[in-house]
Amino acid sequence: MQSSMMLLVLLGVPLFAAAVLAFVGDRRLAPEVNIAGSAATFAAGLGLALEVYEQGPMLAGGKFFFVDAFNIYLAVLTSFVSMTTAIFSRRYMRREREHGRVGHIGMRFYHAMFQLFIFAMLLCLLTNNIGVLWIAMELATLSTVLLVSLYRTPTAIEAAWKYFILCGVGIAQALFGTVLLYFAAEKVLGEGGESLLWTNLSQMSDKLEPTVLSLAFVFLMVGYGTKVGLVPLHNWLPDAHSEGPTPISAVLSGLLLNIALYALVRCKVLVDGSTHTHYAGNIMMGFGIVSILVASFSLLRQKDIKRMFSYSSIEHMGIATFAFGLGGPIATFGALLHMLMHSLAKSSIFFTVGHASQMHRTQEMDKIRGLFKGNPLVGWGLMFGAMAIVGMPPFGIFTSEFLILTATMKDAPLMTPFLLLGLGVAFAAIFRRVQQMVAGEVPEYQKPMKVAHVPVMLHMALVLAIGIYLPDFLSRWFHTAVELLK
Amino acid sequence: MNMSGIIIETLQVVLLIGLAPAFTGWVRMLKCWSQGRTSASLFQPYRDLAKLFSKDVVLAENASWIFRFTPYLIFGTVVLAGGIIPMLSTDLPLSPTADVIVLVALFAIARFFTALAGMDIGTAFGGMGSSREMMIASLAEPAMLMAIFTVSLTNKSTSLARIVEVIFSGQSVLKPSLAFAFLAFVLIVLTETGRVPVDNPATHLELTMIHEAMILEYSGRHLALIEWAAMMKLFVFMALGAALFAPWGIASANTPQTIPMAFVYLLLKIGASGVVLVLIETGLAKMRLFRLTEFLGSAFLMATLGMLSFFILE
Amino acid sequence: MDLQTAAQINSFLAAFVLLTAFGMLVQKRIYSLIHLFTWQGLFLSVNTAIVGYVAGRHHLYISSILTLSLKVILLPYILHALIVRLKIRKEVETVVNIPMTMLIGIALVIFSYYLTAPVREISTLITRSTLAVALATVMIGLLMMITRKHAVTQIIGFLAMENGLFFAATSATYGMPLVVELGVALDILIAAFIFGIFFFHIHTTFDSLDVEHMARLKEED
Repeated sequence: MQSSMMLLVLLGVPLFAAAVLAFVGDRRLAPEVNIAGSAATFAAGLGLALEVYEQGPMLAGGKFFFVDAFNIYLAVLTSFVSMTTAIFSRRYMRREREHGRVGHIGMRFYHAMFQLFIFAMLLCLLTNNIGVLWIAMELATLSTVLLVSLYRTPTAIEAAWKYFILCGVGIAQALFGTVLLYFAAEKVLGEGGESLLWTNLSQMSDKLEPTVLSLAFVFLMVGYGTKVGLVPLHNWLPDAHSEGPTPISAVLSGLLLNIALYALVRCKVLVDGSTHTHYAGNIMMGFGIVSILVASFSLLRQKDIKRMFSYSSIEHMGIATFAFGLGGPIATFGALLHMLMHSLAKSSIFFTVGHASQMHRTQEMDKIRGLFKGNPLVGWGLMFGAMAIVGMPPFGIFTSEFLILTATMKDAPLMTPFLLLGLGVAFAAIFRRVQQMVAGEVPEYQKPMKVAHVPVMLHMALVLAIGIYLPDFLSRWFHTAVELLK
Repeated sequence: MNMSGIIIETLQVVLLIGLAPAFTGWVRMLKCWSQGRTSASLFQPYRDLAKLFSKDVVLAENASWIFRFTPYLIFGTVVLAGGIIPMLSTDLPLSPTADVIVLVALFAIARFFTALAGMDIGTAFGGMGSSREMMIASLAEPAMLMAIFTVSLTNKSTSLARIVEVIFSGQSVLKPSLAFAFLAFVLIVLTETGRVPVDNPATHLELTMIHEAMILEYSGRHLALIEWAAMMKLFVFMALGAALFAPWGIASANTPQTIPMAFVYLLLKIGASGVVLVLIETGLAKMRLFRLTEFLGSAFLMATLGMLSFFILE
Repeated sequence: MDLQTAAQINSFLAAFVLLTAFGMLVQKRIYSLIHLFTWQGLFLSVNTAIVGYVAGRHHLYISSILTLSLKVILLPYILHALIVRLKIRKEVETVVNIPMTMLIGIALVIFSYYLTAPVREISTLITRSTLAVALATVMIGLLMMITRKHAVTQIIGFLAMENGLFFAATSATYGMPLVVELGVALDILIAAFIFGIFFFHIHTTFDSLDVEHMARLKEED
């Protein structure tokens, strides 16, 4: 009873906050309300996680919600990053408003949609119904589309349109896949809502018709793969992530991609259970490795700082997809850790990038200089963030990438050189650029400004701490999740 | 081969030759009425033909045998086509000898020779008309074959008499493939018989005419034969449509009771199809030549969709 | 109404849905496009009601009414109103190579037929054969979005895809559970408001709804 209350709070708070902020989102204290809402969500998430940690998986709301180790860890991550993003966006959005880039309605819209977006993502994670999963995913897209075009510049509108159309097309394929899945499930579980429940499906997965599920997975892969930003379905991602406000880039890169990957992995478990082959895994590995290679080579050509880190997100999502595809305990463990680390590191990078570009009033990397001297927190934050994201020890991404590489050498040795090549190129590309930006003298057009310390430092500390020492409860948690995904 | 079959066959050919000008007159009348003009009589086409027959033939100096031979050939092929199609009865002695594919080939022969004759004299218009006609033909024939194949697939035979019998037996009502094939057929009929929006039978404007351009050099009885053949072609296509898509009333056995009934039905169906034809013609404007690819592309699309829906939906 | 007749009506309506899909693929005038889209919605709605009646699934009536109100009345009305407001009534799009597009469309139909073969073999529903048509409608909507360069046309392509998906749900499984159907309808409604806002933004920013103008975000800048 207690845990279902917690669940209600977890989902209810963002929805309620969205409704409130839709009317008062332009007031002076609106950012604080935004932070409070996110903090309450995070607290509920933590409470629920403790509950699940002690008592194991649970069903709630008449089987409509389902919480296990896999989704609750992502739910906590989601609510945590959205809280820090809310803190970051307080100063950031205020400054954007002073610069005249956003108006009254824009602010209202921003705050309301931010909370709605969080609601959609949490619903996506916690629902037990794969049809509702699809709906929530579409809702998450729709709530961010207009945030991407918030500045109303031609490029922002273009990016948002691309995002809307491409993701709409992609997600439609996923719905077709879901229809096929339902078709197969109906044969076993009978008609009605019961046969779309993941808990029922995963119990019965070996009875589902393999040919239909194989077909369904192709559609689901294309559909959710578009949202994950896998090559060749990635075209919208760099545009959408680079043209929107920076807090939105942070949550898109750090959270939404994870959620889409979560949906894909849930479906993969069902398909694996039915086909008893490595079919779904092979497809995911293929998409993953292509994404890693294409993204890392695209990194070399970027001039816009946010675009560059968007490509880096594609690369990292490629790594996680590849690892989930590879399967096996080590790779899956690595992939779960990688999702966590990437989303912490990437959102922190976007925070510093947002500050850096506000200081220089540009996103062009050639014009950003002397961050160490201009603002040490931003400079070192970006430096450490870049070190973390390219996988240098002692940061957490090193651990996860190391695990994934080891598993690759063992299970798919032929893929190892490609994986290494991708990682190496990405390393070179990002480092070359970041070094230029942080070092050197302060250019005269750089404006000093106050920055949000807490989010950046919190994220980096977590990434560093987990890299050095993986706490026992976290590793046990991941082991439980690995068991679930076997 | 029985006696009554031969009689019916002859009757049908005579009907075709005799009624075709009246049908053209009927279409013209309807068209005049729909445009609010006073029409000529139903029998005006007969008078025109008679007038042309009584005139002398003027031949160009360099006209070859093809030019002189073509009118008779066209007339012959259309009469032959009329002999195959079950207009009154399915029990025709000629119908087992030829199926729908032969029908398409007969029209192709006529078209081939018309195009040759158009170029024979060497005038600019004839050549232009021939080239246009062949372009249209290259697009219309695949569509027509496709439509016919669809109908044949649905009724499991390429023989017209067989198709009509199958439809009679009630196995193929309400089939999407037939609906698509019918739509395609309508578009093809408009093309093959040179009606609006593809060609305008009433025009003699240099830039728009297609069929008229090819036969511009003909005169006297040659012209009369060609015009008559064109009228019969229209009639034949209407009868073909009636046989394929609305075969009700066609007799399956030749008895003195059924044949008159079949005759009445035929008149009604052909008359009604004339009304539809006029409605289409007044509703549409003539298309530019280069848009015809789209028009005939749609015909091909419909026919193909018909065939696909036969496989998918039936 | 016995099963045989219902199956025949069902396949007839499927054929019409396919026909309207092809019509939209090659139609140049925006007004006619909206009309075709409305017809497609109507066919779907009638089809859903008939399937619901024959199969005894009464929640399909709700889906049918939902389709009717959303895709036959509301969405065409919104599109219509937007076109009037934005004064793009007379814009005629140049469509590249219609015969080629048609041939690709036909190829897609055949492709869908082969793709859905496993489902057809297993299924016992009377509507199973129309699943291929449903997938083809989705694919043709996709093709439309690729070949067209006008924002409104792309949206209609998107909505046509959505129609295809709805049709697929009806023909493969006699409709998804009601929760899902309602949720999907809600998403479409939100999407409709979003593209409405978008049309205004694009129009004021680019002075046209031709998305060809939106080509600033390229890799080589």
